[in-house]
Amino acid sequence: MTMVESLNAALDAEMTADDRVVLLGEDIGTTGGVFRVTADLLKRYGSLRVIDMPVSEAGTVGMAVGMCLAGLVPVVEIQFDSFAYPAFQQLVSHLARYRWRTGGSVSMQAVVRLPFGGGIRAPELHSDSPEALFCHMPGLKVVCPSNPLDAYSMLRWAIRHPDPVVFMEPKRLYRLNRAWFNTMPEIWDGWSAAIARQGSDATVVSYGASMHESLAAAELLEQDGISVEVVDLRSLWPLDKSAIIGSVQRTHRLVVVHEAPRSCGVGAEVVAMVAEQAFESLRSPVVRITGLDTPFPMFSLEKEYIPSSELIASIIRKALFK
Amino acid sequence: MNSTEQLLSYPRLDPLDPVSLWRGMVWLRSYDERAVALQRQGRIGTYATFWGEEAVQVGALSAIRHSDWMFPTYRENGIVTLRGLPLERAWSYFRGDPGALFDPREYGCAPQSVPLASHLSHAVGWAWSRMVGGHDDVALAFFGDGATSEGEAHEALNVAGVMKAPVVFLCVNNQWAISTPVSRQTAAKQLVDKAIGYGIPGERVDGFDVIEVAESLGRAVERARNGNGPSFIEAFCYRIGPHATADDPSLYRSSVDEEHWRSMEPIGRMEESLIREGLLSYSQAKAYKEAVRTTMLEAARRLDRLPRPDRSWLGKGTFASEVFIGGLTGEEVLS
Repeated sequence: MTMVESLNAALDAEMTADDRVVLLGEDIGTTGGVFRVTADLLKRYGSLRVIDMPVSEAGTVGMAVGMCLAGLVPVVEIQFDSFAYPAFQQLVSHLARYRWRTGGSVSMQAVVRLPFGGGIRAPELHSDSPEALFCHMPGLKVVCPSNPLDAYSMLRWAIRHPDPVVFMEPKRLYRLNRAWFNTMPEIWDGWSAAIARQGSDATVVSYGASMHESLAAAELLEQDGISVEVVDLRSLWPLDKSAIIGSVQRTHRLVVVHEAPRSCGVGAEVVAMVAEQAFESLRSPVVRITGLDTPFPMFSLEKEYIPSSELIASIIRKALFK
Repeated sequence: MNSTEQLLSYPRLDPLDPVSLWRGMVWLRSYDERAVALQRQGRIGTYATFWGEEAVQVGALSAIRHSDWMFPTYRENGIVTLRGLPLERAWSYFRGDPGALFDPREYGCAPQSVPLASHLSHAVGWAWSRMVGGHDDVALAFFGDGATSEGEAHEALNVAGVMKAPVVFLCVNNQWAISTPVSRQTAAKQLVDKAIGYGIPGERVDGFDVIEVAESLGRAVERARNGNGPSFIEAFCYRIGPHATADDPSLYRSSVDEEHWRSMEPIGRMEESLIREGLLSYSQAKAYKEAVRTTMLEAARRLDRLPRPDRSWLGKGTFASEVFIGGLTGEEVLS
């Protein structure tokens, strides 16, 4: 299964399990979504549960808020990362705050699926990584899978979770590789990071598409005799603090990797948390390997922008083991 | 009824009983006046008054039934007391008190929306969900003339039209958005003209006439209930008071203008006609107003006795489970 297929399977499973689950988005019905994540679901569940919306991101997320008030469980697809910006007010002023605004009484059991990130040679504003915006806004949980198995188990968790979840889908991984599984994976616990590769000399914390670059970098470094542990955050907010700290206490070195711009990114929060809680464990300064604080470039330059495995490996070599 | 007597409960509205509508307006006016007094006395903070909009609110509320939901703005902050939210709890919102926040399912009323227009799509989502669930409930969504300039108003009206959501969009055109007159909001001759662009029926009514509002809303609610989709009602009125207690209208509009509209305010006009038609006597009117006033004074005393929130409230209500927000208040560092 590719990630697209496993996401589709997760939506299918939850729609079968719970008839309150409805899908909303642009081109998700007849077309099955521009990435085909919702393929065939319209046929299976009908137009009252798979709703092709007008081109109206704010209206769609706002509608989802109203659906939650009526007891439905909306799963919104925002077509591309940057298309979330017109819906920002609905996400942060309403979806994130409605439980609080009702004295804790009403659940905003909603998922906003957000295909994000670069590497697919897309036009402007189709390659952004805005996850930190949502991590910073109280009331939202932000998660991001890095492989088809996690995509399935995490999306099923997100749909069942009683609070709103921004579900970041690394679109570069949608069809990058396949996972074979005989039985579908268990539903995720909603917070735990994964140790994707064990190692003893340094901890690399990453998520989403950058996980693949980080794991490839760990392979390269192994050839140099450097053993790198790679932690896949999965939950970007809240952070699995004990997994991160446990790893840093074993390896004594921390590197964070993401494609999003550096300043105030998820990596900055990871670094700050380690500085607060495991400062004495560190044997060298922390390193952030990230996208630049610039707009995502025109796509002929995107490989220069996205941290590559070679870059990650060479920075780790130089900065931590020179 | 003597002057120390208070009401046992908020007035019930019946669109066919004009005296009940008058009572509802007296209730809201008295609520509003008491709130302004509380603000002047320092017992609550900044308050958004709605003087002049009682007929719009009461006429609209009378046209819906209890299973229909309201989606108010801060300008309709008192309307939920006509569905049973205790008065002191409504005012405590303006004391910055988290205990003011209520479960909307209890009153069929969404929390007052502070951002303009973005709550309209919530009404669409709620109403559409009720409709596809086999219920014939209707959403009544309030918004102002200023809110029509927001992109979110367009999105909600458009989506509602496409999806035939049973929503009545009630545009309360009080002619002023803080200091900005409606002529600076739109080049449209009247706000109701916008309905055409969404393919939905529109009506413009005298927002100072509670009967006219109730009748127009009644038609719109029926259309929605019968599966004929949303409507756009423009209730033309005037914001007699300031935008809020912190605002000074003398900076941007003339007192002549204010006097002109104040002389047409909805309650006195309604009262005169009820007395003329023999539906209400002068002494009955006086006694009722006194009883409402006493009710409000009693509630204001209860407001002062409401417990003040402590620090433990900071973590409450954000998530279903609070285990994740230990860091939110700095508690981890302090302990």
